[in-house]
Amino acid sequence: MLKTGKRLNGAPWLLSLPALALFVGLLAVPLALTGILSFHAYDGMRGMESALSMRHYVEILTDGYYYELFLRTGLMSLGVTVICMVIGVPETLILSKMRPAWQGTFFVVILGPLLISVIVRTLGWSILLSRHGMVNSILLGLGVVERPVQLLYSMTGIVIVLTHVLLPFMIIAVWSTLQRLDNQAPNAARSLGAGQFTTYWRIVLPQLMPGILSGSIIVFTLSASAFATPALIGGRRVKVVTTAIYDEFLNSLNWPLGAAIAVLLLVGIVAVVVGSNRLAERRFKQVFS
Amino acid sequence: MSGLRSDRNGAAALVFHALVVAFILAPLVVVVLVSFSDKEFISMPFEGASLRWYWAILSAPELVDAFWLSVVLAFTAATMASTVAIPAAIAIARYRFVGRDGLMAFLMSPLMIPHVVLGVAFLRFFSVMGLTGSFFALALVHALIVVPYSLRLTLAAVTGLEQDAEHAARSLGASRFTAFRRILLPLILPGVAGGWVLSFIQSFDEVTMTIFVATPGTMTLPVALYHRIADLTDPVTTSVSTVMIVGTMLLMFALDRIVGLDKVLTGKK
Repeated sequence: MLKTGKRLNGAPWLLSLPALALFVGLLAVPLALTGILSFHAYDGMRGMESALSMRHYVEILTDGYYYELFLRTGLMSLGVTVICMVIGVPETLILSKMRPAWQGTFFVVILGPLLISVIVRTLGWSILLSRHGMVNSILLGLGVVERPVQLLYSMTGIVIVLTHVLLPFMIIAVWSTLQRLDNQAPNAARSLGAGQFTTYWRIVLPQLMPGILSGSIIVFTLSASAFATPALIGGRRVKVVTTAIYDEFLNSLNWPLGAAIAVLLLVGIVAVVVGSNRLAERRFKQVFS
Repeated sequence: MSGLRSDRNGAAALVFHALVVAFILAPLVVVVLVSFSDKEFISMPFEGASLRWYWAILSAPELVDAFWLSVVLAFTAATMASTVAIPAAIAIARYRFVGRDGLMAFLMSPLMIPHVVLGVAFLRFFSVMGLTGSFFALALVHALIVVPYSLRLTLAAVTGLEQDAEHAARSLGASRFTAFRRILLPLILPGVAGGWVLSFIQSFDEVTMTIFVATPGTMTLPVALYHRIADLTDPVTTSVSTVMIVGTMLLMFALDRIVGLDKVLTGKK
């Protein structure tokens, strides 16, 4: 069925030509232009200059402001990843034990929001998290806090909303590993007298690690790339890398500096994906998003 | 799985599950509820419900225009993406050639590249090429970013398909294209259609990349909504959002009928 006989076969390339033309013309070329742009000098008075320099990279790598910006974004992504793991893994195990009809229903309920605009989901959270919103009412009602807490325009708020947006990706990744799980081992452990907790901790969890790891890579990189949620929930108070890029491009109009931050974000994300793929058995591209 | 599934979920597990479901649904339910309020500000509809914020959409021409632009944009982008993804999927599924993995990775790469980076790249590209404000250019870059969704579902449909019928057609004198149009295309149509609908949704919802290149003449609905929410949160944003939620649910229903929602959401073959 597979045509492997002919070594120099032009057919697959001919068939891929339209897609390749689109990708070279509209992905490779614009990315290359952005790379070049990041080396252009910029002057506040005269704007962009044609001379090339490493100035923006030196500025980003030596200025404490940018160091903090990247660190804040990294910690935020790490926090979201850990919370998604802590919620997503048990939830996936619970889903796996449900009867098929319930399972189907809750799959749609939990994964369906992936297809709903992130702006809509973020709007819902900005209503919930506001000073007189429902989350504060519940916290006050339960006596957890004395006064309304500032959730909107705070890092806590951003982490809550990103967890909501990205949790489905963790559940999908863990679920697809769970499907291939050898269920003889947990049964054997139980029959040999291991308790439920021991069975999960020692037998099930280690087998789920590839899924948890690939889910974590996806959640981490999508957190670091998220724009609309940090922009709307963080407002002007909490800056992350993506909102800083937006400001350089559309407010300060220092395109070369913005391009340099964008290049570093892309390099950082590719490094995380490539680095973690060495650890993970499964590739990023195998998980549907 | 029978061993694990025979264990029933305990009470603690069900409470945990209920909290997760509440967490997932809360923001969507709130948006829908607030949209039926009759107050001037964001509030629950329990002390007075009305449809005034739905009527208000019609008197906000910029939102209505943005909606139609988004519909046409998503339709064009999904159609272009499917058109280039079908032959590419056939190439990847049916041939083994040097560079096959690289080609696949290249065509899937828009999933990995942050959309902010794509946004600045397209902003720069459009300004260099004089394409700023061009609807067609915007449709092309939307097509590019939804190709992975189209490609994946089409690829799943082509992979493992027997070629006997096509060989028979060819040996009876059908041209390559006729064999494709009359035999292969009908067989993979559910996958192609599923990929098209998913691409349509992804293009319609795209905001991060588009915000960099949208001009007043090419303002999409999510970008218009973003700017409105960033300025102030008025109840119109919730009624527009409710319309988007209902629209997405209808498309999800269509996806479920065409290819099965579980396949789309979890990537199962």
